[in-house]
Amino acid sequence: MLRRADGPSGRNRNERRARWSTRNKLWVSLLASCAFLLAAPVVWGQTQGSNREGAAPNTCLDCHSQQGPPFGINADEFSSSVHAQKGLLCTSCHGGDSSSDDMTQAMGTAAGFKGHIDRAQIPALCGKCHSDAAYMRGFNPSVRTDQLSQYKTSVHGQRLAKGDTHVAVCTDCHTAHDIRPPNDPVSSVYPTNVAKTCARCHANADYMKEYKIPTNQYALYATSVHYDQLMVQGDVSAPTCSTCHGSHGAAPPGVASVENVCSTCHVVQQQTFDSGPHKGAFAAMNVAACIVCHTNHGIQKPTDTMMGTGKGAICVTCHSDGDPGYTAAAKMHADLVKLDDEIGRSDEILSRAEAAGVEVGEAQLTLKDAQDDLTKARVAIHSVRPDVVDQDVQAGLKVTQSTYQAGLAAMAESKYRRTGLAVSLIAIVFVLIALALLIRKMEAGRGA
Amino acid sequence: MSDQSAFAQDQPERRHALRIFLGTGVAASLASFLYPVLRYIIPPKTVEQTTGNVLAAHVGDLKPNTGKIFRFGNRPALLVLTADGKYHAISAVCTHLNCTVQYRSDLHAVWCACHNGMYTVDGANISGPPPRPLEEYDVILKGNDIYARRRENA
Amino acid sequence: MGVLHRVKNWLDERFGWHEIRAFIEHKTVPVHRYSYWYFLGGMTLFLFIIQVITGILLLLYYRPSTSEAYESVQYIMTQVPFGWLVRSIHSWSANLMIFTAVVHMFSVFFLKSYRKPRELTWLSGMLLLFIVLGFGFSGYLLPWNTLSFFATKVGTDIAGQMPVVGKWILVFLRGGEDVSGATLTRFFGFHVAVLPGIATTLIALHVLLVQRFGMSVPPSIEAEWEARPTERREIRFFPNFLLRELMAWYVALAILGGLAALKPWELGMKADAFAAAPPGIRPEWYFMFMFETLKFIPAKIAWFEGELLGILGFGAAFLAWTLVPFFDGGRRGRAQKLITGAGVFALAYIVVMTVYAYIAK
Repeated sequence: MLRRADGPSGRNRNERRARWSTRNKLWVSLLASCAFLLAAPVVWGQTQGSNREGAAPNTCLDCHSQQGPPFGINADEFSSSVHAQKGLLCTSCHGGDSSSDDMTQAMGTAAGFKGHIDRAQIPALCGKCHSDAAYMRGFNPSVRTDQLSQYKTSVHGQRLAKGDTHVAVCTDCHTAHDIRPPNDPVSSVYPTNVAKTCARCHANADYMKEYKIPTNQYALYATSVHYDQLMVQGDVSAPTCSTCHGSHGAAPPGVASVENVCSTCHVVQQQTFDSGPHKGAFAAMNVAACIVCHTNHGIQKPTDTMMGTGKGAICVTCHSDGDPGYTAAAKMHADLVKLDDEIGRSDEILSRAEAAGVEVGEAQLTLKDAQDDLTKARVAIHSVRPDVVDQDVQAGLKVTQSTYQAGLAAMAESKYRRTGLAVSLIAIVFVLIALALLIRKMEAGRGA
Repeated sequence: MSDQSAFAQDQPERRHALRIFLGTGVAASLASFLYPVLRYIIPPKTVEQTTGNVLAAHVGDLKPNTGKIFRFGNRPALLVLTADGKYHAISAVCTHLNCTVQYRSDLHAVWCACHNGMYTVDGANISGPPPRPLEEYDVILKGNDIYARRRENA
Repeated sequence: MGVLHRVKNWLDERFGWHEIRAFIEHKTVPVHRYSYWYFLGGMTLFLFIIQVITGILLLLYYRPSTSEAYESVQYIMTQVPFGWLVRSIHSWSANLMIFTAVVHMFSVFFLKSYRKPRELTWLSGMLLLFIVLGFGFSGYLLPWNTLSFFATKVGTDIAGQMPVVGKWILVFLRGGEDVSGATLTRFFGFHVAVLPGIATTLIALHVLLVQRFGMSVPPSIEAEWEARPTERREIRFFPNFLLRELMAWYVALAILGGLAALKPWELGMKADAFAAAPPGIRPEWYFMFMFETLKFIPAKIAWFEGELLGILGFGAAFLAWTLVPFFDGGRRGRAQKLITGAGVFALAYIVVMTVYAYIAK
């Protein structure tokens, strides 16, 4: 056999080439399969667009998620919306063919493409599914399906029917592509977000120019005790715009129904109000109850000064010196202030006793009962009858009397303790002096 | 020893006076220490209030379908006797804004006057603003007495 | 008088009082410019006796269960005649006793009274100091109020950080994984039975050793007296020193009474295991310097937990401090200067850290 000359490693070129081939062929095929295995899912994934794994293709989103306004859609927002989560696609509302890459096919009339939905058509479009009880049952058996019929009774729905497209339609409050269930804190209609959503139009003076209604509701509401309870204290049961005005059937409550609306929560105030003379009087004057004194949007925490005849009182808006209402107001105010003062007096002496070291927990607890009575009295004033108010005030005064006595007893106990301390200190000083003298005497002889 | 005897011989009257002075002082101081101790040892008449078993009411205090507020520890609690003759004891501090709840015979439910919150007689919050149920207590009948006791958590 | 005399003789024949009397009558106490520090040991003992007496009185009404502890203390403070006095004296005297014990320890350290042959006195004293701190920690939980509940939680959490044995110690102290009724029962047992038993034994040993070796004279004074023997002064223990000590004890009583009447110990709110810890929770003042130190240590040093290093550091420091008699050769040299320096540093550190913990907020 013809052999070439040996190379430096002692092997000839043919042998080396053969060895290289076999060994390195193995390496190359190994690396290639790895690369393929790694690349394949990535490449395949790219072809899927932003759908979930295994979900139906959505070519609409593939293009529109790359575009800017007005055709752009935020793919992340859409896919976390409740519609996308339930498997609905763009075609569910807009028609078209979401499986085709071809624009003319995807957005063709053959596929039923509707394009941009006209504002006036939106409620009917949403209602196609949301008013179909049988259809909605398949998603959530207990969800309401009367939103469209309610909307038609609302100010927004009635004006839309007359051709005004400035009013709110479904997408103005719920958004179009980012719809979340109302109990999702991110939703534009979650209780803490409702007022801001309404304010988008209703606080915009320019937008609301033609309607000639105020646009300060949100600003007033933001100063109110309800706003504080909802946004600051975090109590989602506190009222927001939709609580009093309704959501889909939104309309301001009529004069006769304001009291009913407030009393869904404030029952006792309503019951006491109904038992008094104001109910008949306000109805006769066609004046809405509750908001005459408390206003509607900027409701503040009520104070005792609101009731009475002094500065800042509301009663004097209608009543003047000499009429029975004026006298009643003055009497009720005096009653409330008296109980409030007595509670303050008891609280002061009990705090002093506590600071002096006497245990007054029991009395401080009892004082809470008087505070409860004051709260009840402040509700009873809605009857505008001094005798009714006085019942609670007297109950409270009985309590404050006993707590004040307890406070006096505690101060007396403190004094007794200090006297006892003084006595024992005197005895101790006696002993100290005697001991000192004794020691001095004992050690005098030693010149100590 | 020597200074003591010298001391004793020198001024017997002054030493005597001093001893009396010291004796009185010591006796007075000891009395001021012992008097409180002796008063302390004698048990007082009032029985202490615990949250172990709290006496809520006596049998016969409540008519069927009525409720009564009683003190449990340092908070109010509600004892209800329902129409079927069962006693229920729950905390009376509303979980919304801490008003004291009451039993409504007409509604057969527990109601909070402040914002119209409603609970069942077992404390479950069923309507209105309250976000959580009221704490339930165990009811123990001993003879004529009805006791409420906090439930031990596992 | 005859009967009394005969009774005394009868007892003496059986107990040997006359030997003890002779010993006491011969016992003397050196007098020099540092003599006043000699009062501190007796003061600590006196306050301990006050604790035992007021503690026994409290035991007549206190109930150690979660549903009754707070209420029983409230009962003592409001319904039992002079209950407020007994409880406040107990709480104040506890703090005063820890203070005098610590000052007593530092005075012994700086006056070098721990040297041969008094090493065991120092050892028993250090053990007593730890026991006294244990008294403070266990007793603090017993009223079962918010502060004591969370202070115990934090304290046992820190104890649980010790390596190897930490978890076991935590479970042992708490009687379970969390601070609960089991912890209260356990701490009560420690506070009224275990610790008093050990303390009484150690106190007896400590006092006997002090009698055996007499009062130590600081080296500087000893040197002065050796140079000029006529300056050596001693007074008799009985009655001269004892009368003076009696005066000191009466002053302590006056201070305790004043504190109890004018600044009574508060009741607080009943502990709620499910409530969040109130902001600014911290241990009692005698633990503050360690607590504050741990806050300064970064969370991780190299690969060790910062808090763990802090605890181990303190442990090592206390061990070294306890073994100081074995480092002190007794001769005036560099070792002695180092020891004194370490003592000054320790004292300054404790004072500065404690003050800082309170003013830095």
